[in-house]
Amino acid sequence: MTNAIEIKRLRKEYKGFTLEDATFDVPEGYIMGLIGPNGAGKTTIIKLIMNLIRRDGGEVRLFGLDNLRHEPEVKARIGFVYDVPRFHEDVPLGVIASAIAPFYVKWDASLFRRLLEEFELGPKTMFKKLSHGQKMKFSLALALAHDADLILMDEPTAGLDPVFRFELLERLRSIIQNERKTVLFSSHITTDLERVADHITFIHEGRIVFSEAKDDILETWGVVKAGPDVLQPADVPESRGVKRTDYGIEILTSDVAAARDALGGRAVYDKATLEDIMFYMSRGNGHA
Amino acid sequence: MKIIISNASPDPIYEQVTRQIKGQIISGDLKEGDPLPSIRKLAQDLQISVITTKRAYEELQKEGFIDAVEGKGSYVAMQNKELLREKKMKLVEEKMSEAVEEARLLGITLPELREMLTLLFKEKD
Repeated sequence: MTNAIEIKRLRKEYKGFTLEDATFDVPEGYIMGLIGPNGAGKTTIIKLIMNLIRRDGGEVRLFGLDNLRHEPEVKARIGFVYDVPRFHEDVPLGVIASAIAPFYVKWDASLFRRLLEEFELGPKTMFKKLSHGQKMKFSLALALAHDADLILMDEPTAGLDPVFRFELLERLRSIIQNERKTVLFSSHITTDLERVADHITFIHEGRIVFSEAKDDILETWGVVKAGPDVLQPADVPESRGVKRTDYGIEILTSDVAAARDALGGRAVYDKATLEDIMFYMSRGNGHA
Repeated sequence: MKIIISNASPDPIYEQVTRQIKGQIISGDLKEGDPLPSIRKLAQDLQISVITTKRAYEELQKEGFIDAVEGKGSYVAMQNKELLREKKMKLVEEKMSEAVEEARLLGITLPELREMLTLLFKEKD
């Protein structure tokens, strides 16, 4: 399998936050979701991929090429959609597009006009008149019109209403109808990713916890539930997080089949959603 | 082709896809040589991951229900008549065991169940 993105031991240090040697691949032809609570390091990774901030260590390869040494070349193949797209406020959309177009060899003006129509955006509309959702659409139209091989999006669904979120996810799925195209998007809205992503990379406090096929994660992880004083986290194989109440205990495990074998009828076993995984992992195994 | 994905089902999604396609091949709704949608198209239409549909098709291929032709797509495979009959028998068995389970829950005895079955069978004659 070819990888659109290869990230090795990527490191970035801020005061109070370190992205610790992140390593994962994004295979070509699929949708990868980058999930994690706010402040986990999602945006840092995306900015490092785009070389918008200086890295402190490690390596990023895009389409097999180093992202610093081949910066113009690889960037021409990326469609980057910001969480808050910014362009000049008092300029019509069509003018913004004509200013951007010369930077891309593969700019397709007629495709761009079609996309604007499809997204119900007028080329004469001023950028400042757009709603947040429309700004996202405009930004996506720009990315698609230059036939990007990699669509990179930071929290694209945040602040959007469900109808447009659904449309956007649909659009992502249609992008990868072409198996040479790849999508990486970050989100803390895990239901979006559960719906659309092929692979999930989970980042927590600056560390990559896992990067796997979504189906495998949803099949192997689970939540073990039992009454109070019946189980301790240590009794559960591969326990990854715990929640206690007066009525019982809930333990997240990354191997629910092993837990079932070990504990049998002493507990009940639920599937874990991505949201469960994010929630329990952020609580850890402590006595919270 | 008809496929319904339930998010509430305890079965993994790829299994739901394989089971339903299999069912339609066994019932004859899908016939030998019928083309199946591409892996990516099916994923888009069902709003599931490409990896899921890929896995479903791989399972179907392994069990001999479909053939994949490089660069062309997937087709319903030629079905061995005897094998098909065997598979159909298995389907009947599965449905009957479901009925037995339900009957047990309701406290229906074997003679009662037998009588129900006889009546149903005659009705269709």
